Amino acid sequence: MTLADVLAVIIFVALNAYALLGGADFGGGVWDLFASGPRKERQRELIAEAIGPVWEANHVWLILALVLLFTCFPPAFARLGTLLHIPLSLVLIGIVLRGSAFTFWRYGGSGGSHADLAQRRWGVVFAVASLITPLLLGTTAGAIASGGLPSGGAMKGEAFYPTYVAPWLNLFALSVGVFALVAFAFLAAVYLTLEADPAESGEGGELQEDFRLRALASGVALFVVAASALVLSRGRAPLVRDALIFASWAVPLHVVTGAAALAALIALWFRRWRLARVAAGVQVSLILWGWALSQKPYILRPDLTIADATAPPATLRLALAALAVGAVVLLPSLFYLFRVFKGRDQAPLVGPR
Amino acid sequence: MSDLLAARSQMGISLAFHIVFAVIGIAMPVMMVVAERRWQVTGHAVYLELAKRWARGTAILFAVGAVSGTVLSFELGLLWPGFMDFAGAIIGMPFSLEGFAFFTEAIFLGVYLYGWERISSRAHLWAGVAVALSGAASGIFVVIANAWMNAPAGFELVNGRAVNVDPIAAMGNAAALSQTIHMTLAAYAATGFAVAGIHAFLLLKDPANAFHRRALEIALIVAAPAAVLQPLSGDLAARHIAVHQPVKLAAAEAVFRTQAGAPLTLGGWPDVEARETRFAVEIPYALSLLAFHDPHAVVKGLDAIPPEDWPNVRAVHLSFQLMVALGTYLALVSLWVGWLGWRRRELAHNRWLMRAIALATPMGFIAVEAGWMVTELGRQPWVIYGVLRTADAVTPMPGLVVPFVTFTLLYCFLGVIVAWLLYRQILRSPTVPEWRGFYMRSGSGERGAGSGT
Repeated sequence: MTLADVLAVIIFVALNAYALLGGADFGGGVWDLFASGPRKERQRELIAEAIGPVWEANHVWLILALVLLFTCFPPAFARLGTLLHIPLSLVLIGIVLRGSAFTFWRYGGSGGSHADLAQRRWGVVFAVASLITPLLLGTTAGAIASGGLPSGGAMKGEAFYPTYVAPWLNLFALSVGVFALVAFAFLAAVYLTLEADPAESGEGGELQEDFRLRALASGVALFVVAASALVLSRGRAPLVRDALIFASWAVPLHVVTGAAALAALIALWFRRWRLARVAAGVQVSLILWGWALSQKPYILRPDLTIADATAPPATLRLALAALAVGAVVLLPSLFYLFRVFKGRDQAPLVGPR
Repeated sequence: MSDLLAARSQMGISLAFHIVFAVIGIAMPVMMVVAERRWQVTGHAVYLELAKRWARGTAILFAVGAVSGTVLSFELGLLWPGFMDFAGAIIGMPFSLEGFAFFTEAIFLGVYLYGWERISSRAHLWAGVAVALSGAASGIFVVIANAWMNAPAGFELVNGRAVNVDPIAAMGNAAALSQTIHMTLAAYAATGFAVAGIHAFLLLKDPANAFHRRALEIALIVAAPAAVLQPLSGDLAARHIAVHQPVKLAAAEAVFRTQAGAPLTLGGWPDVEARETRFAVEIPYALSLLAFHDPHAVVKGLDAIPPEDWPNVRAVHLSFQLMVALGTYLALVSLWVGWLGWRRRELAHNRWLMRAIALATPMGFIAVEAGWMVTELGRQPWVIYGVLRTADAVTPMPGLVVPFVTFTLLYCFLGVIVAWLLYRQILRSPTVPEWRGFYMRSGSGERGAGSGT
């Protein structure tokens, strides 16, 4: 394993963390949009309270992956920015609207009343943006997985549609988008069963049941969506598909992923919330790593490998050193953040109010 | 509109929008922490109210800053793939470090905003300190990356490719020190004066309001020292560009002709065709004196390079004049504040001072925007000074006017909303009668009773 491989793995770890944490924040917004039943407003409050303290930190995993990508693999970043300009711009609009609308909703109200009608409109913007952004983000990932991003297309004078639109506006890429959306919603619902724990939130058990049902439904939907993406990959992403079926790691990976998926559903069924959370996280992570393995050694198919795209060794060494130092600051801070807001036993109330 | 111009405009709009929030994100947490600390020490509820208000403001502004910053980091690739392809390996390092600083900032802001009731008051204050420090650090890292574009270092150019890449040397580029100092001070001065200005305006109507007096005081503690130091750091920056980026200085000062004993041009309208600046006041020898600390030093003029490589002289010159004028105003008002504070006078009772501070509300931010116009427009037509032209860095994708218009509309919309939300927050200024009675024993010798200390 070369230094470049190590950094590629770290970048993917950051993306994995973004999917599990930031992804679930988007998923929360999806459940805000689909809030229903007698406990509609309580569902929304629970979601907002779960997201509030952590979404900005969770969002930074994406930034971290991005800056590491352009530091360590500049040509890959340049090509992605060029060929996926349109979907990435749309993702950005989604990110901007989701983040600002959430804050306007939670902080813009007069006197902190979240029920304010004008404020609720921001809640809707937040929810819709939370639905659209993962769809586009997943579509972008689908475009990368399909291997249709050759450098030759990035020249002036090439036809617009095949170069800048076709790679992502196709059934396979869109199916990956839907997959990302369902996966994020599934994660969010699983996490929210824990947030709604009557022992911790002071809520009744009904809220927990609401999210249990949502988690089970989206967990089953995830199977369907994953299967359709695999079928569609035949035409659009044959190389990834072949790897996912014939590589030596393929069968063991699928077995473990499938086991995690089943474990998540069974744990939800028997209301083992913490087990369900771990299993769901493992399941989604393994699917991501399956994609990463199927791409290896390419960053961008058909022609850009990790070795081709890598920055000079001096940069890689320094990036690794910076990561080591950064981790010393970051990991304890993250641990603290999640302990304070997501910990099993909440710290005693000390503050002014 | 050409694709290049659209790309430049989109980047410009994105930066101009983001920088407002970035600057507030650096300075606001400092004020928030000072207020909270004063609450802890004095036990006066007015300080807690201030800390909570500023925290609310910071929450809104930080969120918009975070997402608009995300847009910028993507736009580096969406608009300037040629730049990133060349420069990513050299200058990615400060961006990565900024990533960590931003991460720390986001984590502790979450702890601060939502942790009032979850953690000890000591831990809460330290969370605020962590936000303030990491906010300043992330600003510094980003400015280091920008400084490298002005003074590229840490690589050798062989056949158009960078070899012998040394990211540490790139970060230690010649412009880094002066630019980071100038920008960090600007953040404190601009934000501090914006806040002080709003409260000074409200004090003009209600001079007895303890809430506004305390707010004014803390804002000035952050703003005034920075505004006084800013002209000195400006001098450092100007002397750097005189040596390393003479074209930028020539454009900023509208020096068309290389000359010894160059005069300082105040104001005026550069006529690029005629190669002269109309309606300007000239102070003989002053530019040579300022730029090189020698009245007879030779200052390079725009004639040193071919006209097709000139930046937009008029825009750079006018932006520079604007920045210097506003900065000077803020420094003078700060000295006035310092003088009155030293004499232990009631700031809020000095109506002329309140008017002067109220007038300053937007000035710091206008100066920040103007300063960035000087830096960025003054570097054109280069994206990496002397190495890579902006035109060679832009994406080949056509139709860039569409994203430009889209993001401009998005940002206009967000700008209006943020302004409205903050306005609503300010409108609800508390008028607690007890505070009035308790805090307004003017001349009672109560420490910090509006004395500006």
